[in-house]
Amino acid sequence: MTTRDKLTLADLKPDQHAEIVKIASDDGVFKRRLTSLGIVPGTTISLDRSAPLGDPRIYNLLGTSLGLRNAEARDIQVSLK
Amino acid sequence: MTSPVVVALVGNPNAGSTTLFNALTGAKEAVANYARVTTEIVSRDITHRGVSLRIVDVPGIYSVSSQSLEEQAGGTYLHETEPDLIVNVLDAGRLDRGLFLTTQLIELGLKRVTVLNMIDEVRRGGVRIDTGMLASALDSPVVETCGLKKAGVPELLDAIVDAVQSPATSSLTRLHYDAHLEDGIGRIVEHLNQLHPHELTPMRSRWLAIKLLEGDERVVRAESDHGPLLTLIQGESAALAHEHDEDPATMLAAGRFAFAHGLLREVRQRVGDPTAGFKLTGILDDVFLNRTLGLPLLLGILWVMFESTFSLGAVPTDWISALVDMVTEYATAALPEGMFKDLLINGVLAGVGGTIVFLPNIVILFFFMAVLSGTGYLARASFLMDRLMHHFGLHGTTLIPMVAGFGCNVPAVMATRIITNQRARLIAMLIAPFMNCSARLPVFILFAGAFFADIAGTVVFAMYMASIAAAMVSAVLLNRIIPGSGGDAFVMELPPYRLPTLHSILHHMWDSAQGFVVKVTGVILVGSVVIWFLQEFPRDIVYSQDFETAIAQVEAQPEGTGDQDALRTLKAAQAQEKLEKSYLGSFAITVAPVFEPLGFTWRDTAAILTGFVAKEVVVATYAVIYAQEEESEGLTELLSQQMTASTAVAFMIFTLLYAPCLSTIAIIGRESGSWGWAGFSVGYSMAFAWILALAASRIGNYFM
Repeated sequence: MTTRDKLTLADLKPDQHAEIVKIASDDGVFKRRLTSLGIVPGTTISLDRSAPLGDPRIYNLLGTSLGLRNAEARDIQVSLK
Repeated sequence: MTSPVVVALVGNPNAGSTTLFNALTGAKEAVANYARVTTEIVSRDITHRGVSLRIVDVPGIYSVSSQSLEEQAGGTYLHETEPDLIVNVLDAGRLDRGLFLTTQLIELGLKRVTVLNMIDEVRRGGVRIDTGMLASALDSPVVETCGLKKAGVPELLDAIVDAVQSPATSSLTRLHYDAHLEDGIGRIVEHLNQLHPHELTPMRSRWLAIKLLEGDERVVRAESDHGPLLTLIQGESAALAHEHDEDPATMLAAGRFAFAHGLLREVRQRVGDPTAGFKLTGILDDVFLNRTLGLPLLLGILWVMFESTFSLGAVPTDWISALVDMVTEYATAALPEGMFKDLLINGVLAGVGGTIVFLPNIVILFFFMAVLSGTGYLARASFLMDRLMHHFGLHGTTLIPMVAGFGCNVPAVMATRIITNQRARLIAMLIAPFMNCSARLPVFILFAGAFFADIAGTVVFAMYMASIAAAMVSAVLLNRIIPGSGGDAFVMELPPYRLPTLHSILHHMWDSAQGFVVKVTGVILVGSVVIWFLQEFPRDIVYSQDFETAIAQVEAQPEGTGDQDALRTLKAAQAQEKLEKSYLGSFAITVAPVFEPLGFTWRDTAAILTGFVAKEVVVATYAVIYAQEEESEGLTELLSQQMTASTAVAFMIFTLLYAPCLSTIAIIGRESGSWGWAGFSVGYSMAFAWILALAASRIGNYFM
């Protein structure tokens, strides 16, 4: 995996703010779904909370709350702000 | 008369376009009549200042190019029709995201009016928006509204008519993307203009070029016969991807969000604490999404919902029941003896009256459903359950069709559209009919009351839990049976908590009451009459013994010496034999061996067979059958005499799980696009129900 060393959304800890760098997925439909919700390079994102079993988690971006599974969050590369 | 001007309301899901639609048109329909909201495009004609307008409520979309099934209706509408005017409904509190769709609508090149809906929430949070500056940047009038309070609605109507009457703008207000992207777009536009000379406006060809670069499937399909064009696009995409390490669709999206971001920095001012508006949602989520409390709370909420559906409903149910008895008594006294009287009392009144008493339970159930979905809790529930459901090969969002299934399985099957993966959606569609819909509720309330009067509410709750368990187990089985693999990604917006308006809740309850009454006076009425005829005919039955003579003999005996018990036994035996030899009886007796291992009599078999039409008919059938046999006792007492408790449990389980009703079978056929799956659903659920009911009766016999 090329994403192994890179920081992803799944690594984000509470109250950390990050900027989205890249969606590392080849699934065009999935990607477009994420981009239409604001998951695009440059968007600031933070972790809001986790579900009881730690997965999925809720992220805040663009004034909205978005629930994502960790499996999908691992495809989204970020850099800390 | 000229045809009305078409005005399409377009916005993100949850931006409040349906509420605005109702405010604009004075529509009285429920905001969230499930079936309608997810599938159909609703329109209504109004006249304002002498201009006739056709207002169209387009289902919410995040993007014009969206591929997900739930957004398909909206996306397809914009591709296939060209409304005269677009009213872009934006949630004023979520402009950063909502303006993404706006940028696409700008490129569409149609006349627009921009609406900042729910503006009051934003103002309370201390945010001011410079609408003048926003209007000039978006090249469209901007109106601030609050759809719920109908504030700004007259201004919006004026703005719509003004925009309709103004000359078409050939504005080139547009977003400018990255230079490389613009070069690519330019080359595609040139190629398009050669392919379709003099057909495309500059606006239109730019729109097509952008959509082709984005890989919008609808547009690509429309141009699929132009090989060189597609080759050109592939080349441009590859070059861009190579240069920027990013595909053009993502680059375009990033460009759109950057435009929105820049625009908002100029037009939006934060006066107070910007997060003030979201504080309440945060506090409530601390409780409802708490890592220890969250799941127990969800279970508790569901228990309260089903327990009150039973217990709160009991009082008004008694009133209706008393009313039905009164009518029956009156009819008995007033009508002359004969077949018509028998049909009316033992057919129509028994069947319809026996079912209508459950109206309060159904209205209460829909009250809770409206509260759950209206407050935003349902989205949280799917978030909480996603991990658990994942173990069963299901997706958290499957919870939404499942909970909808508690109301009715038909909208539940339609609600599976929120699942994008086809296979995951098919599985959701096949397990949705196991959800304990309100049509089955009368059966369980009747049986729980008859056999487990002390814990009836809990028994009803247990049936709901059993329906969830059956759905989960089936999901695991179906995941193995159905070829293919792969689940769906959990990507779900969690809307802020909102207090649903009394108006919308009452609408839900009213709608459900109306729907139930229509069903009772339609299907159930006809069903009761048909069942009455089937159990009353043929009339020329050859009895095994001469009852008439035997009865006459007993009656002829002098007063006092006559054996009343013998008389009653004789009459009962005659009625019994008459029923067994009727069309209904003889058919049920033919099929009954199938259900014999479960401990069901041919009467239960008859109830099951008629329940195929609609599950409420099960109760109506019992009511009609028993109305023939005895006169003084209620259905509850009669049932508890006829059946053992363990058979009752088996019967409840069987009724819960066996074949979806006709409407559900039809909708599965339509939504899965294959009657094979609809047939599979019937066969699978029959087998599943039979096996579990057998297990229940065997286990029950040990304990009861």
